Formats: sequence, structure tokens, C-alpha cells
Amino acid sequence: MSVLVIAEHDGKQLKPGTTNTVTAAAKIGGDITVLVVGQQCADAAQAAAKIAGVKKVLLADAPQYAGAVAENIAVLVLTIADQYTHILAPATGFGKNFMPRVAAALDVQQISEISAVISADTFVRPIYAGNALATVQSSDKIKVITVRATGFDAAAEDGNAAVENLAAGPDTGLSTFNGQELSKSDRPELTAARIIVSGGRGMGSGENFKMLEELADKLGAAVGASRAAVDSGFVPNDYQVGQTGKIVAPELYIAVGISGAIQHLAGMKDSKVIIAINKDPEAPIFAVADYWLEADLFKAVPELTQQL
Amino acid sequence: MKVLVTVKRVIDPYVKVRVKSDGTGVETANVKMAMNPFCEIAMEQAVRMKEAGVVTEIVAVSIGVQQCQETLRTAMAMGADRGILVETGTVDMQPLAVAKLLKAIIDKEQPKLVIMGKQAIDDDANQTGQMVSALLGWPQSAFTSAITVNGDTADVTREIDGGLEKLTIKLPAVVTTDLRLNEPRYVTLPNIMKAKKKPLEVLKPEVLGVDITPRLKTLKIEEPPKRSAGVKVADVKELVAKLRNEARVI
Repeated sequence: MSVLVIAEHDGKQLKPGTTNTVTAAAKIGGDITVLVVGQQCADAAQAAAKIAGVKKVLLADAPQYAGAVAENIAVLVLTIADQYTHILAPATGFGKNFMPRVAAALDVQQISEISAVISADTFVRPIYAGNALATVQSSDKIKVITVRATGFDAAAEDGNAAVENLAAGPDTGLSTFNGQELSKSDRPELTAARIIVSGGRGMGSGENFKMLEELADKLGAAVGASRAAVDSGFVPNDYQVGQTGKIVAPELYIAVGISGAIQHLAGMKDSKVIIAINKDPEAPIFAVADYWLEADLFKAVPELTQQL
Repeated sequence: MKVLVTVKRVIDPYVKVRVKSDGTGVETANVKMAMNPFCEIAMEQAVRMKEAGVVTEIVAVSIGVQQCQETLRTAMAMGADRGILVETGTVDMQPLAVAKLLKAIIDKEQPKLVIMGKQAIDDDANQTGQMVSALLGWPQSAFTSAITVNGDTADVTREIDGGLEKLTIKLPAVVTTDLRLNEPRYVTLPNIMKAKKKPLEVLKPEVLGVDITPRLKTLKIEEPPKRSAGVKVADVKELVAKLRNEARVI
């Protein structure tokens, strides 16, 4: 068996999720190759070479990979796909974008967001917003898989693999990348944070999120939000935790003014410790919380910040 | 221009899903069904583009059991001009087979734009739009939060993990919808009545020459481990004490 892992990175560093995907690859077994594709991403390739268990790193560095345009990345992966029994990528906005293109071109049924590896052809994946777990067996020759990072530990970073250049594939010319508007923050990324402070509709306004930011800064935490808070325009889309937003499993998740809709619970119920602050005693979030405080968040949050 | 929109029939998102005790699936008997929320957003987008004079015809397509006709009638009540159902009966339809059926229909219908939900809230696969796009050799814009058509291209904004991304894609193309693209309208009674008279074509997968045999075998469906019941704390002071001394996470 031989496994190809496609790394997510920002050119300099690997994004959280990549090393967890390597752990999933190690559970499948066989040699692990990591593909780093992008524009000016040699540093990321060096970082990938340090992941424990990786045998080889392939680096495809070319202008047509700026912005990780799905069409071009898929075409590149297809140039080497037949050398592998498994092709894995993190189930993030990055992996979800191009992996189904790879699968369709290979005539393979992709296995999305696996949370456990049973054997080389059998995997567990959550369905119905995590309200059920499906164990599925693939009959395809090449397994194309996206990996839910929270299901696997991050691999150690004490490896020393060789980096080889891979010839770039063609520019399909199907789309033109016009740039990104990235949220700037000094706080940890949601998917990598040890602690997350999340706000919901109960926050009332974007202005009130400042209160959560102060709490987060005291704890070294990331700030997240429920879909309701994002839809109300309190915070940008990249804050969203949930079934169709980010899936997180930090050591501590603090849910403030979040009622606990099914689609939100889907994104955070694997957190180690969950605390909920809500004034509604009937809020469904209390059912998954380890500790819950029935209180006015506008009083409780500043008090919590002060006492920490 | 002609737009094709796909609509999937799923368990209503507000229904609590129950896993069958024999581990074969989830309970669907006597459970309320609805149009997948992301497909509603796709339909709404097509209707808005038609209202803006960019789109001339909207074709809604569904794949699955006979009752998907109801989902198509809802799409037509929202504003689709006609519907096509590929009736696949009880076969476990997986994204690759769905993508192949859609490609066959798109080859015939020749729309300039295909709008699909980014994922269905039942299998949470998030694949079909990207697969259709790859099978057609078309550009894609997955997780789209804004779209403007300019002749033979479209400017799109996509939701990505770090924020937003902007692309210009050539048409024809496949676009999948994210939550912030629009807020779908409610269907009105007069439009529900009008939708009953709109044409609805029913096809069999064999006619489209597509093999829909599932590639993934579902061995079992089970409930996830439950979290043990939590503790109510009286005030912030007790909460901080629990976090420090019991949970030891701060």
C-alpha cells in the first residue's frame, strides 16, 4: 500500500489538519508521501518533511497554484494518482474543494470526513450532523478520502523525509484567482486552538463580541460563533462552528449565548470539556455541557474574565 | 440563459434523527421530509437571477424516490419553470452516481450555469457539485456567497476557512451554495397551485445510460457515544473553581 497525503499550507507553514491527516494515513499503513502544491511554498515542503512517518515529500511550486484553485490542483494530483492506493486530504475548505474532482476523474466514490480507520478499505464517518456514525467499505481501486482532523491526533514533527520536485501540471485556465480577504487575528486558529470561546445570537451584536475577545485573550483562546451569529452579521463567516462550518474539538469550549441547534452541536460536541452560559434554562446546549451556568451573559462573561 | 438547479429530498433539518436499532440506517418511516436547505438557497439564487433578467429558464432536477416529485413541485412553486426527476427507487444513491446522472441531463439540457447546494444535510458528503463540474470539465465555484454574471464569465465570492476568496470563472460552470448567498423565500399558496400545472418529466437511470451501483457498502449505522450529563453551577465563582480543580483545563 502507498498513501498520498495532500498538505494544506499557507506557503510557509502547514495548516492544522495536515499532520492529523498523516496520522490517518499511518493507520491505513504503507509508505506515506506528502504532496505540497502551491506558489512559493518551499518552506511548507520543508515543514512537511519533518512530519513523523512521512517517507517522501513532493513539491509542486508554480504560479497556477496560487489560491489553491481546485481545477488545477485536481489535474496535478491526477498525474500521479495511479501510483497510490489511497489519496487523503484534510476535510477542510481546501480539501473539500478539489478532492471530489480527483475522485470523479478516477471514477471513484470519495469517502468524506472519515473520523476513524477500521482497515485499509473500511472507515467510519459521521452523517446527519454527527447524529449517526456510518461504517463504510469501499470497493474502489484507489480510495479517495477526506479526513476529519478531530478524529485523529496530530503526528509528531521529528521526521526527516527527502523533498523532491514534482513537475507542475497544466494551468486549466478555467478560473482566474482574484485574491482573498482573510480575517486578521493574533488569536489561535479555531481548528488548532486549545480553548475556544464562542458566541451566539444571544450576544445581540458584533460590538458585544468584544466581551468574548477579552475573555479569549485572557485564556489564549480562539473566538468562534454559531451560524445564527454569523447570519446576523455579528462576525465573519470564518468564525462559524458547526455542521457546515468548522469542526472543532478543543480541550475547553465555552459557549456563550448559544442555544445549541443540532447543526452547531455537530461542530463542537467532541470537545473535551464544554461549558455553556445562557439565560434560557431550556437551552439544548445544556444537554451537552459539562458545566452550565444559567445567567445573563452580559454580567457573567465580564465576571468570568475578571476571575480568571 | 438557462440555469439548472438540483434539489434533494432529505429528512427535515429540524427533525431529530433516530438511528434504527438494527444498525441498518436511520428511521425514515413517518418522518417529515423537506428540500435540503442548501438546495433551497440554490433555487432562490436562480429565481433572483431570473427576476433580474439574467436567467430566462430554470430547470429543477431531483434524483431519488418517486416522492421527490413533491420536492420538485416545491422548486417549481419557488420559481422553477419545469422539473426532471430521475427515479432511482430504493437504490442507495451515492454522489458519484448522482454526478453521472446529472452530467447526462446537463449534456442534454445544455444550461449555461448549474447551481447546487454545497452539501446535503443527510449524508454530509459535500462532493456532488465538484464531481459534476469535473465530469463536465467545467470550472467550479464551491461554497459560494456571491455571484455576478458578466456575459461569458461570472465573478464569484467563495467562503474559505480563513475568510473569503474571489474568482472569475468561465461559463458554463457549476456553482455550489453556502449559507450567506441568500435567504430563501417562502412559497405562497398561489404559487403552489401554479406549480401543479408546470411540466414534470420522470426518467429512469437506464435511459441516461448510467450505472448507479453503489461503490460504498454501508456495514452499519450506529449512534455516536453520548456525553454524560453535566452539572449546573450556581455562579461564576463555582464555574471557575470547577474548571480549575475538577476539569483542570485552565
